[in-house]
Amino acid sequence: MMQNPSQRIVIPSDPACRKQFPLPWVGSEGSGVRRRTTVATIILCTVMMAAISAGAQQLRVPASAIAGAGFAITTFGSGNGTFYLLGPAGAVKKKIQLGSEVQVDESQARSAGRYTAIVCGDSCSSMNFFVSAAAPAKLSFIVHPSRVPVGKADAISAVAFAFDKYRNLVLTPITVDFRVTLKDAPEVARSEETKDGIAWMRLASTKRGGLADVVASLGSNSDKRIVQQVPSDACNLRIHATRKVDKIEVETDPVKDCSGNAVPDGTIVSFTEMDEDGKSTVDAPLKRGIAKVTMPIRGAGTVSVASGVAIGNEIRIGGGS
Amino acid sequence: MKLIAFGIIAFTVVMVAVGWFMSGGLKREEVHSAATPEEAVQLVLSEVKARNWDQAYSYLANTADLDEADFVHDLAGTDGSLRTYSSLDSYDVWPLRKQGDEARMRARLRWSTAVGPIDDVRDLKVERHGNLWKVAWPVVKTARVPPQVIPVNYLRWDIINRGAGDDWGEQNVDSPNVRIVSMNAIDRGNEVVIVGEIVNEDTVPAYVNVNAVLQDENKNPIAEEGSFDNIAHTLLPRQVSPYRIDFPGMRLSQVKSVRMDAKALLVPASADPVIAVTNQKLGKDPALGKEVLQGQLVNESGQIVNISQVLAAYYDSSGKVIWVSNGYVDQALLPNTPVNFGVDLPEDIAAKVQSYRVTVNHYNVGQS
Repeated sequence: MMQNPSQRIVIPSDPACRKQFPLPWVGSEGSGVRRRTTVATIILCTVMMAAISAGAQQLRVPASAIAGAGFAITTFGSGNGTFYLLGPAGAVKKKIQLGSEVQVDESQARSAGRYTAIVCGDSCSSMNFFVSAAAPAKLSFIVHPSRVPVGKADAISAVAFAFDKYRNLVLTPITVDFRVTLKDAPEVARSEETKDGIAWMRLASTKRGGLADVVASLGSNSDKRIVQQVPSDACNLRIHATRKVDKIEVETDPVKDCSGNAVPDGTIVSFTEMDEDGKSTVDAPLKRGIAKVTMPIRGAGTVSVASGVAIGNEIRIGGGS
Repeated sequence: MKLIAFGIIAFTVVMVAVGWFMSGGLKREEVHSAATPEEAVQLVLSEVKARNWDQAYSYLANTADLDEADFVHDLAGTDGSLRTYSSLDSYDVWPLRKQGDEARMRARLRWSTAVGPIDDVRDLKVERHGNLWKVAWPVVKTARVPPQVIPVNYLRWDIINRGAGDDWGEQNVDSPNVRIVSMNAIDRGNEVVIVGEIVNEDTVPAYVNVNAVLQDENKNPIAEEGSFDNIAHTLLPRQVSPYRIDFPGMRLSQVKSVRMDAKALLVPASADPVIAVTNQKLGKDPALGKEVLQGQLVNESGQIVNISQVLAAYYDSSGKVIWVSNGYVDQALLPNTPVNFGVDLPEDIAAKVQSYRVTVNHYNVGQS
């Protein structure tokens, strides 16, 4: 959990007390609140040490509490007392009548985790209990990578984290539904149960390029990520040329990868022409699936083509008129 | 009080004298008359160095054929070219031949530019007019592109990255996949040079940089350098760039291994402009006395390319990269207007070159 930079954790100076109450002691930096909290901490620790030595039991905590649900803590005895509740994200102090039930409001226990309830009358008594996450309400969904070559095994990793509405990780197993949809391709669906709040899966990229929608759903909540399945290297790169006196127009056939996916526009295709005047080269981007250049030529020559590490055919041009 | 005033005046006079001296005033004064062909060329070049264009133009023999504007554009540059960010630093003049009232001179002009020194060798005709010699400056017509519309519809890639307010699980766009496809370490006597090629294997543009760390036998780093400007930094999908990394003062015998590191960032880019490299020829340049790869750059797009850089990779008979040359072109590339270029390579390397490949890098004013 991120700590607010405007707050600081105040650690009780007594090591025994720190061990007994390993909880954040929060107060504003440089404020009177911090001083008050520190003083309260010292008093509280002193009281708690006395309570432990006395071994008195003055309260009963709920066996199971849910974050943001509110609950009651039963106290025993009579007379006035003070109730403290220390949680993972804050602390509460109340004046109470011993022997009554202390209502912990839903806003006072929104964070899941270990809580310590302390009741002090003539002596102090404490009990630890756990507040578990509420019903899953939100998903955090991470998909990696955002671009993946087509036809690659286990290339896509999708990880979903289940949270309740207070951003507590829901540790109980829940089923997360994953769906992968690609235009003009059958949908791939899979359900995975969370383990310690996390569900994940690995997917192969399909042979067909395009944008794949990867959706994770938890009840009515769903989150979508987009993975771009991109074509691989050009395959069977071929050119044809037309001579126009001292120039040749060279054009590729539609450039596709070995799975038949069109290589995206903007991909660089390198043309090389050699004739009596030497060598001419042009790096031209694909436009609408083809690359086209006009190059000077004198006499007979040859033209070859390449894209990245893929090499295409070479054609010979006659001497012309 | 008088003493202070005198001191200020004396200081001003000294500073003006220093300025005059630094701007080549002494040299101009020395060659105020052009009694020999050398002096004629030096006279013109001293005025060019001082950027006294009118004065330099007045010393020419062929003012009837050559517009002053064309002369100034030739030497001062136009269209945001590298020459516009240059100044003539020094020059050497020597005779080629002299016959009667006509002589041929060769001048090596050394320009200080924004990217380092650039040499420019010019052969100049010098004519005798009475008692004086005058330079007939080569007529260079400033290229002008006729008014027209050049449709350009090449791709452009823009990027939306995740914002600061996005959830921590919010997906970002990945960096491009680039790969070093070859690497060769060469001992050049007083330096180690690492050359090779890198390819952008992704479908998005990449801003790349290659770094190398030389390691000793205990894998301890002994030197680290980057490719700096010996690489085309912006690589479009499947584009290949050569790179060269120089380690001055290192010997290959000191090096046990090399750790290469290619860094790639996703950047917005445009597939425009396309620059063709035509009439490439590798051979000895008689003027420079060096092995030079020469050719022409043709800007096939509609926008002016202000500064262009030529990177050439040379391969041996086994297809291994054995050298990478780098040179800037000091003229702007106007649409469909060929501009000459030349990059040199060491003589011993030239003997082993079997083939070569030229890549053009470009910079435009106002664009990254």
